[in-house]
Amino acid sequence: MIIKKQYDVVVIGAGPGGLAAAIEAKKGGADDVLVIERDVELGGILLQCIHNGFGLQTFKEDLPGPEYAQRYINEAKSLGISFLMDTMVMDVTSQRKLYLSSRDFGYVEVDAHAIVLAMGCRERTRAQVRLPGYRPNGVFTAGTAQRWVNVEGYMPGEKFVILGSGDIGMIMARRLTFEGAHVERVLEIQSYLSGLSRNYVQCLEDWGIPLQLNHTIKKIIGKNRVEAIESVAVDEKWNFIPGTEEIIPCDTLLLSVGLIPENELSKKAGVALDPVTGGPFVDEHFQTNVPGIFAAGNVVHVYDLVDWVSLAGVEAGRSAAEFALAEKERSARYIPLVPGKNVRYIVPHKLDKKALEKGDISLQMRVTKPIEEDVWLEVHGEKNSIVRRSERYVRPGEMVTIVLKPRMAAEVEKAGRLTVDIYPKSEA
Amino acid sequence: MEEKNFICTACPMGCKLIVRMEGDEVVKILGHRCRKGETYGRQEAIAPQRMVASTVRIANGIHPLLPVYTKGSIPKRKIFEVLEKIRAIEVPAPVKAEDVIIANVIGTGVDVIASRDMPEK
Amino acid sequence: MQEKYDFIVIGAGVVGCMIARWLSRYEGRVLVIEKQADVGMGTTAANTSIVHAGYDPVPGSLKARMNVKGNAMWDQLKAELNFAFVRSGDYVVAIGEEELPALDTLMVQGRKNGVPGMMIINGAEMRAREKNINPNVSGALWASTGGICDCFQVNVAAGESAAMNGVEFRFNTAFEDFIMEGDRIIGIKTNQGDFLSRWVVNAAGLYSDVVMHKAGVRPEFKIQPRKGEYFVFDRADIQIDNVLFPVPSDAGKGIMVTNTVHGNTIIGPNAQIIDDKEDTSTTIPGMDEIWEGSQKLIPSLDRRHVIATFAGLRAMGNGPCKTPGVNYNKDYIIEIPENVRGFVNLGGIESPGLASSPAIAEEVIDLLKDAGEDLREKKDWEPIRPARPRYRDMSHKDRQLLVEMDPQFGRVICRCENVTEGEILAEIHAPIPALTYDAIKRRTWLGTGRCQGGFDMPRVVAILSRELGVSPMEITKRGHSSEYLVRKTKDLEIADDN
Repeated sequence: MIIKKQYDVVVIGAGPGGLAAAIEAKKGGADDVLVIERDVELGGILLQCIHNGFGLQTFKEDLPGPEYAQRYINEAKSLGISFLMDTMVMDVTSQRKLYLSSRDFGYVEVDAHAIVLAMGCRERTRAQVRLPGYRPNGVFTAGTAQRWVNVEGYMPGEKFVILGSGDIGMIMARRLTFEGAHVERVLEIQSYLSGLSRNYVQCLEDWGIPLQLNHTIKKIIGKNRVEAIESVAVDEKWNFIPGTEEIIPCDTLLLSVGLIPENELSKKAGVALDPVTGGPFVDEHFQTNVPGIFAAGNVVHVYDLVDWVSLAGVEAGRSAAEFALAEKERSARYIPLVPGKNVRYIVPHKLDKKALEKGDISLQMRVTKPIEEDVWLEVHGEKNSIVRRSERYVRPGEMVTIVLKPRMAAEVEKAGRLTVDIYPKSEA
Repeated sequence: MEEKNFICTACPMGCKLIVRMEGDEVVKILGHRCRKGETYGRQEAIAPQRMVASTVRIANGIHPLLPVYTKGSIPKRKIFEVLEKIRAIEVPAPVKAEDVIIANVIGTGVDVIASRDMPEK
Repeated sequence: MQEKYDFIVIGAGVVGCMIARWLSRYEGRVLVIEKQADVGMGTTAANTSIVHAGYDPVPGSLKARMNVKGNAMWDQLKAELNFAFVRSGDYVVAIGEEELPALDTLMVQGRKNGVPGMMIINGAEMRAREKNINPNVSGALWASTGGICDCFQVNVAAGESAAMNGVEFRFNTAFEDFIMEGDRIIGIKTNQGDFLSRWVVNAAGLYSDVVMHKAGVRPEFKIQPRKGEYFVFDRADIQIDNVLFPVPSDAGKGIMVTNTVHGNTIIGPNAQIIDDKEDTSTTIPGMDEIWEGSQKLIPSLDRRHVIATFAGLRAMGNGPCKTPGVNYNKDYIIEIPENVRGFVNLGGIESPGLASSPAIAEEVIDLLKDAGEDLREKKDWEPIRPARPRYRDMSHKDRQLLVEMDPQFGRVICRCENVTEGEILAEIHAPIPALTYDAIKRRTWLGTGRCQGGFDMPRVVAILSRELGVSPMEITKRGHSSEYLVRKTKDLEIADDN
């Protein structure tokens, strides 16, 4: 695949938000839409969410995650959107320049008229919930375990305790049970369930997996691999209640303690973040404070339903296409001014063709080296000469100007770029 | 008269259902906000049904496992029997989403189908 | 058949590896044994990575001499071994007027120890140098020779330098006993068999007492582990600019707040006397203690920005200081004991052991020479251990060139810290191969960011499995019995057999 220097819309992330945004941007008239995905295939985290419950709003069907993703993948592919897989965006600037790193494509720079951030979210980890004890192997986030069990095909343990009653944790409790492992307990420090009630019913209650509200972990036991955890009941201020400790033997502790929007790249681009959501401040079109940079899905705030993520992607994609088209039109009006023979630089660097209709435009420049004889100063397009005048001599210390007049507008209009050459008449 | 309490799982709303029974007969359902809820409550009170999602081994695919699910609900008490069947088989790549992996699994009348495309390695 | 060596070093911590590196300069066969799966798994694994200036140790102690001498060796060491070291200087910060006199005491002590480049600055100056400092700061002792490094990187670099110069390493090899011939040590017994050697060096850190007792040396010597707990902050959220110590108390140097060479701020350690030499668990009271301690220096720290907690052990000994008139009994032991031949005995090398490590290595060489050992320099000794690329720290242009040369560097595996497959492969195939997840993590800094390995772990396990030609189920976090995976998802019958 040939990577272009310039795209209309670049979407970062090929999960549900990114795919919906790319599709909508393409439908909205953006010609060159590029989706950059760090994993080796499209679909994002949906690919490991093999349980059903997706698409009830969008498709009026009860689909598993991979199938929900598949429908968007198929549509995106049919529309002629470009994809870069196994590629990491290392940096994004507020001028919408992106730096990409890939084994297959190298380290490349691309420019975008508009960007949609769709990096999703990541799981909160052990440190963020203050879990004392050893640091043995066998403490994983629910999502990491999900990847292993459902995609890579390996079980990270046989006897599990799950901390946190988030949806991924409860869903993993059922998955692990289906694959013959034992889930001893789900502990939740709050007095209420943090995920959906339906998941409590079909993931825990159905299989007799005990959920203990107002409980947390006091200590992780085991030096190399988890051997047990010590659970404890807490009061309403989350203080441990002495005497309620219980040692629960297990070989794995899964954490399902919440998700955080992933915004490292957003910060690099100068996108302002809301400390409450952890995601960018956005307007009704999901545009961030940086013009032309949009955000969609869990990167903005954590959703509980994928259908809403897709809807957000649609809005961000449509708006990004609109922005890109306007930006493209604006930039198409400009033609660059290029230093040619014996010209070191020209100011301005580009000019708006329409501006010439309103009045004179003075081109200011300096020469590279002195020419102490009669010279031509010539402005020309790729095929046409626009203006030529003479000077007795040129010297680097003395600025040279050439004036473009409104009567030249028609010739300028024909040119893709303007070059200025300064050369001795004797060489003409 | 007997009352059974459920949380509806037909959609993510999580409505609290009250199902009034007389013997094996449902006489009234309360608490639902849509028809799907009513159907769920009735079914749950008489013979609970679930969709099942899992994975099967796949040979020569880009991943070692293919995610699959039952095209419709099956009796809850038969889930582990279905899982046994699913665990026992291996299919060859490539596979397309919604390809039938096990037809009419253990005579439930429901097919187990692929959840995604799985190209060859 | 038993392998025969000229020198065996017990322990591959920073001290053991530094000694091995110094020994590698001379003719002779050197073996380092380590009971863990990697270098630097004991006291080196978890400390503050400060290269101390040398104003803390008691004047006249061996500790003071090693610290000040060692500190001065770090610039050359960095130039040869290519690890991250910044001679940033450090501060002892006095909060409130009542703490000011302590700075003078330390200054006097530092001068006695021969520490160069110290001065006392006032509160306003300290506020200017560290914008986040407690506004009640009254002054600070500034020691310009203090520095920060990554102690584990230093440990690896020293070990690799030794390995490149012919030193052999055996991991998962635990010392059990000495093989004696009269009063002479002629070898060691380990869980992996016996090895003969003319000299054995005790660099066993927390277990140095156990090792020397087996040789019949210093039966009264005892290592008392002191546990220290730490918090690591997300560098995207807060960055402290300096190395800040509080005024020390009787309990030790106190809870410090420091920047690191990786840009993360860390706070800690506390000092709990414990008995279990393997107890690196964190505790709720301990975590509260370091939190409160840190507030004294930087009140604006936010606990929500903590991305990791860990605990390490210091090997506090009870060795008496040999200098007449100095009443101090927690000194370093670096000696060739009189009652046993073929034995170089080290003990009680706690903080500032990292700063001292090159001086300790040189001291060991000097002792061997004094004992009549004929150390002949190798003609082809290579002092330079080259650095390996670190993608994260490179410019766009350099990354482009690197990926053109080796496309594996284009593939980012760790998303938070931007560590690439090329870097991982380089570590797996390095002079001291990184064979566990933690070994790769500590060398590349992968998995240390805000997701704490959640994304990269399955991928690293897959890469290790591929490169080592073993099942993913054999890949461990840090060696024996720390496997990640127990069975294939669909292989339920295997589990039933257990």
